[in-house]
Amino acid sequence: MDTLTIANRTFRSRLMVGTGKFSSNAAMVAAMEGSGCEIVTVALRRVDVDNPHDSILTHIDREKYLLLPNTSGARDAEEAVRLARLARAAGCEPWVKLEVTPDPFYLLPDPIETLKAAEILVKDGFVVLPYINADPVLAKRLQEAGTATVMPLGAPIGTNKGVRTRDSIAIIIEQAIVPVVVDAGLGAPSHAAEAMEMGADAVLVNTALAVARDPGAMGQAFRKGVEAGREAYLAGLGRQQERAEASSPLTGFLHN
Amino acid sequence: MQLTINGKPTETTAGSTIQNLLDQLRLDSRQVVVECNRAIVPRQRFGEEFLAEGDTLEIVHFVGGG
Repeated sequence: MDTLTIANRTFRSRLMVGTGKFSSNAAMVAAMEGSGCEIVTVALRRVDVDNPHDSILTHIDREKYLLLPNTSGARDAEEAVRLARLARAAGCEPWVKLEVTPDPFYLLPDPIETLKAAEILVKDGFVVLPYINADPVLAKRLQEAGTATVMPLGAPIGTNKGVRTRDSIAIIIEQAIVPVVVDAGLGAPSHAAEAMEMGADAVLVNTALAVARDPGAMGQAFRKGVEAGREAYLAGLGRQQERAEASSPLTGFLHN
Repeated sequence: MQLTINGKPTETTAGSTIQNLLDQLRLDSRQVVVECNRAIVPRQRFGEEFLAEGDTLEIVHFVGGG
């Protein structure tokens, strides 16, 4: 059976789902169930002490889904490490999606602070999944630092533009010694399929599901996209070429 | 006594523990993480950690995120 192993855990699904921006908890759960995912990301924020409401955890079945806390909101390595440790203190397994995004317009990850934080968190015993720009050299440096995956972006977070960083992601995949998870910017199942066809080990999707009219159905559509892309990758895609090559025999024509 | 909670000045009874404070704020201690003066307080110590005038607390929890 084709499975995905990250650090010490093995998964059947190659689709991870983010839990942000859903119109309701029911919509979020429908997307998770439709997608067949086994890993879901969550964020840490201050409690509104004047108006406390239920934690999102009351809606996520922890037996079924591994929680992957992110460090969103961190502007440098120090803030990211602090958030990761707070998440671990919440009783999660020590897994963290490391994000350091000081730029508020494109939310592009800071490579230097991300590497610094990764080195600290790996030493501290975390399973680190870093969100990065599609930079093959950075990906290599992070793997050398001991990260459990690399998570290059297809396009900036929430843009739904697809795998715009295709050529760099191909190099990252070629050189990777850990799973490559294409994260961010995937807006359609065809985008997810494209990443998987290229040999990505998994993808992470959030906005595309959260903004869909029917998040549960979109979760299913992404599941199929990921499965189709993965199966095509394993089956071996034909190479692209410039000139036509006939599929039908070139002999036995009715003329001559 | 006065504390700063999530960036806002807040009054609480002198001699309170972190658990007392969470109860006062109607927060479920199993669903939050507390940092006091930048040090994480393990959940099992909420009932033993006494707060002092001027303490700065962060009380955080999980929300949806990608």
